Amino acid sequence: MGEIWEGLIAGFWLVVSLDADLVEVTLRSLQVTLTAVVIASAIGLPFGAWLAIRRFRHRRATIALLNALMGLPPVVVGLIVYLLLSRSGPFGVFNLLFTPTAMIIAQVIIITPLIASIAHQAIRDIWADYHDLLISLSTSKIQRIKTLLWDGRRALITASLAGFGRAIGEVGAIMIVGGNIDNATRVLTTAIALETGKGDFALALGLGFVLIGLAVAVNLAIHAIGQTESEGKW
Amino acid sequence: MIRVLVALFMIGATSVSADTLRLAVTTSFQNSGLADVLLPEIAADTGISVQLLVVGTGQALRLGEAGDVDAILVHARAAEEAFVAQGFGTHRREIMYNDFVLVGPSDDPAAIADAQTVRAAMISIATTEAAFVSRGDDSGTHKKEISLWDAASITPDGGWYRSVGTGMGAALNTASAMSAYILTDRASWLNFGNKRDLAMLFVGDPALFNQYAFIPVNPSRHAHVRHAQASILEEWLSSGKAKTLINGYRIDGEAVFTFNAE
Repeated sequence: MGEIWEGLIAGFWLVVSLDADLVEVTLRSLQVTLTAVVIASAIGLPFGAWLAIRRFRHRRATIALLNALMGLPPVVVGLIVYLLLSRSGPFGVFNLLFTPTAMIIAQVIIITPLIASIAHQAIRDIWADYHDLLISLSTSKIQRIKTLLWDGRRALITASLAGFGRAIGEVGAIMIVGGNIDNATRVLTTAIALETGKGDFALALGLGFVLIGLAVAVNLAIHAIGQTESEGKW
Repeated sequence: MIRVLVALFMIGATSVSADTLRLAVTTSFQNSGLADVLLPEIAADTGISVQLLVVGTGQALRLGEAGDVDAILVHARAAEEAFVAQGFGTHRREIMYNDFVLVGPSDDPAAIADAQTVRAAMISIATTEAAFVSRGDDSGTHKKEISLWDAASITPDGGWYRSVGTGMGAALNTASAMSAYILTDRASWLNFGNKRDLAMLFVGDPALFNQYAFIPVNPSRHAHVRHAQASILEEWLSSGKAKTLINGYRIDGEAVFTFNAE
């Protein structure tokens, strides 16, 4: 118990004193994860919508596969991305290993199936309501996807936030492809792993509380921007 | 979309500037805290910003083989010599040493504090089947532990022998939680913050000598490695200034590393 209390105090002081290392690591966590969420949403949301309205031969299998990929083990993704980006791997010439870009790539792979899968579920429900209307207006596929994405935006925000939640707390993949290099690729989760390894539980917990606070702040900010839960809107 | 991706790739490409050097080091080097003393001095004297990849010796050697780092600083002589012999590294330069220590519960059920040699201590742990945590991650410390069991003609097996497959710090945390014996290096132990019931019980056998060596990755295998910077770093690490800093580094008033570069 004592250590949890010490962790709370350590976290409080880190935030209050605006510790330079903490600020840098936090900003990098945000930069990496938000970029990954934007890219994954740009891929996953339209894909989920497309999957909801399009009928094709292996649709069922594709959806099952997509749902299964939600549970993609981050360590395996990290290892595969590492092998691809390694100097001895096929994309080694780009010199991306141990950079924030490598971490973004790994996170995009991890969260895109999650975002696409939740988006697909949400859009499918809306599609059931909109199906006759959109067909009778003889809309094109692109128009249908646009309409569904817009009218389903609140559920889709949830999809993106689920992706954010998985990415911001992820440590296995970014440890492997980022390398946890001080001042270059260290983020909150890898810093927590490092401090735990040193046996400095108070600092590790302090960073953990900062991470939780950050996740809450981002979620609140998104809701504020989206003006959800406010009167007169759904 | 494409533009965003291109921009991201640019960020990734430019974040490694000309004067950085990637060095794969063992967890013990980082956990000892010595890196925090040396890196700012290296940056001030040579202008090289050293990026540390803190991994086990096994993984450090793999990173070197793949050309993902410019040099490595590790502590497993046989594996290092094989690495150089296979042409992955140009040469092996000894920099400094410290020693391995046996840590265990302070009531010492296997009575290793009274052992004359590390061999006797290992035999005692195995015969009393006292809990023992092994790194199990192919690191330098793990390789040393295996060689100690071999020297004692013991094949560790059974519920008392727990191979955790993690870095030094995580393994120490496990040992601390289980009140188990563990082999670690002196620097990591002194800098470890979660000792609880554990104490340093056996030290001083010559078999526990722990040599660290610097190996630049061979540029003829990987043309992109920053061999010039690696050479500058090697010069610095074997300089008089490094000697003063390494010999002068203290944890709780105790010297942990001894400089021995020639």
